[in-house]
Amino acid sequence: MLRGADVHFAYGPGQAGLHGVSLDVGRGGLVGVLGPNGSGKTTLLRLLGGLLTPASGRITIDGRDVAHMTRRELARRIAIVPQETRLSFEYSVLEVVLMGRFPHLGPFELESPDDVTIARDALAATGTLALADRPYQTLSGGEKQRVIIAGALAQATDLMLLDEPTAALDPGYQIEIAALLRRVSADRGVTMVVATHDLNFAAGLCRDLLLLREGRVLASGPTAEALTRESVRALYDVEADVTFHQGAGHLTVVPLRRLRGTE
Amino acid sequence: MSLRRRMLITVAVFGLIAVAALVLAPLVGSAPISLRRAFDPSVPFADNADAQILFVSRLPRTLAAALVGAALAAAGVVFQALLRNPLATPFTLGVSAGAALGAILAITLPVSLAFAGVGAVPIASFAGALGAVAMVYVLSTIRRRGMSTSVLLLAGITLNAFFSALILFVQYMADFSQTMRTVRWLMGDLDVGSYAPILAALPFTLLAFAVFACLPRSLNLLTLGSDAAAARGVDVVRTQRLAFFSASLATGAAVSLAGPVGFIGIIVPHLVRLLVGSDHRLVLPASALFGAAFLVICDVAARTLIAPMVLPVGILTALIGGPFFLWLLIHKTS
Repeated sequence: MLRGADVHFAYGPGQAGLHGVSLDVGRGGLVGVLGPNGSGKTTLLRLLGGLLTPASGRITIDGRDVAHMTRRELARRIAIVPQETRLSFEYSVLEVVLMGRFPHLGPFELESPDDVTIARDALAATGTLALADRPYQTLSGGEKQRVIIAGALAQATDLMLLDEPTAALDPGYQIEIAALLRRVSADRGVTMVVATHDLNFAAGLCRDLLLLREGRVLASGPTAEALTRESVRALYDVEADVTFHQGAGHLTVVPLRRLRGTE
Repeated sequence: MSLRRRMLITVAVFGLIAVAALVLAPLVGSAPISLRRAFDPSVPFADNADAQILFVSRLPRTLAAALVGAALAAAGVVFQALLRNPLATPFTLGVSAGAALGAILAITLPVSLAFAGVGAVPIASFAGALGAVAMVYVLSTIRRRGMSTSVLLLAGITLNAFFSALILFVQYMADFSQTMRTVRWLMGDLDVGSYAPILAALPFTLLAFAVFACLPRSLNLLTLGSDAAAARGVDVVRTQRLAFFSASLATGAAVSLAGPVGFIGIIVPHLVRLLVGSDHRLVLPASALFGAAFLVICDVAARTLIAPMVLPVGILTALIGGPFFLWLLIHKTS
């Protein structure tokens, strides 16, 4: 449903970008984009979400070129969850989630009771309904991220792009967010692309992986096949132990030692 | 309570305050006047002292105060949303100084820039504001994540110093009587003298407010940052351009009338947010109405505090706004 074909992008001459990235995310897919810092994960997500335009190559949703869609059209198909969302003014949690209804409203239209119902349902689905009237600023990091995900749900899209959704959170919240995303994927059939550098988070959450290094695809495929001792070495220059963890129920990666210094 | 009701109540309450201020302000002043005598049809207008004071002296400056207050307060709200910083205002950003430079050039230069029946001063004032805003815009686009308070304040200081130097240069080259006139105007002065300058500034203000009316919901989303706003369907670049353009227009109109009256754009939106929250569909109209009322009341104070002398209103707003700004700087910066 979401497809990138030979996508090239550069911020500027000499700067890191993407060099011919292709991917195909099927409906209901849950794909993790893995790679070291500066590998192009965020750039890929921004391109997929239409926030950047590829220098060459095409990005399509159900065959339609993202570059030819208006912001409103795109926002009705794709929601984006960044690593961290800070507000410059004080809004209540409900107001923040209602902002997800923007692409569904006319220029001067006010949110209807239906929109409020959709927003409250989204809050309930992320376990944050009790926070509805609290000022967003007063929430903890994990609560904020769940509220932002609720906003993405209120946007009622069938695609969700998440950029390092747990990087700013402690392990407790990481587990919580992973469970929430799995539930959203299962219950609502939302197709997800999650960029992360947390191998274990990705291994626990994603059905498929795309490994990105220096703007190129190193490997892609089902998590069980793509995540190996060899691929971790190629991705991070790290010798690691990749084993199935009975308690966690998924592959886990334990980094052992660095193979060579940073370039 | 539904948003529609909150909007109606907000506009009604702040509208009432603005209307009350507008109606009562002309009746107050150093010389007591009688309404009955002012409206006495048997006395010709030229001989009617009460009517003269009311319609020639007080009403024009009250109307000018309302227009300037509304424009600067609304422009403040828009700049704050755009730059994602509650300390951004036309005055602190140096936009008022840019507008003042434009206006001073139009006042001082011997050539007439007027065209199509529109006065030269508002046009030059708008051009100056737009020039300053262009610099702020470039700075803000370089910094995608919104402007930090320190960058914003430094940019404002730099622009203010730069435009002030140019203004001083123009004054230095001008003759003495002109300098006296512009010095007083630069303090922020509502002594407009007649209705003509108000009428000249009115089309600019109305156009600015027409654009403002299209912005509130997009401004709400810009609070999340430009990427997050775009991801929710906001055409960010278009919104930014419209907002910067209309805020410059409003600032230019206000400064052409009353000089760079300071701090309205920060005091008013901040007080309004305390009362109605942050939704710009409430904050923007409420700030415009409350801004009008606030400056009208400041003008009454400026006319009566050291009567019969009239204080330039900009001195008064700076005396209130300076400490207020510092208080905000201490409490609101993260």
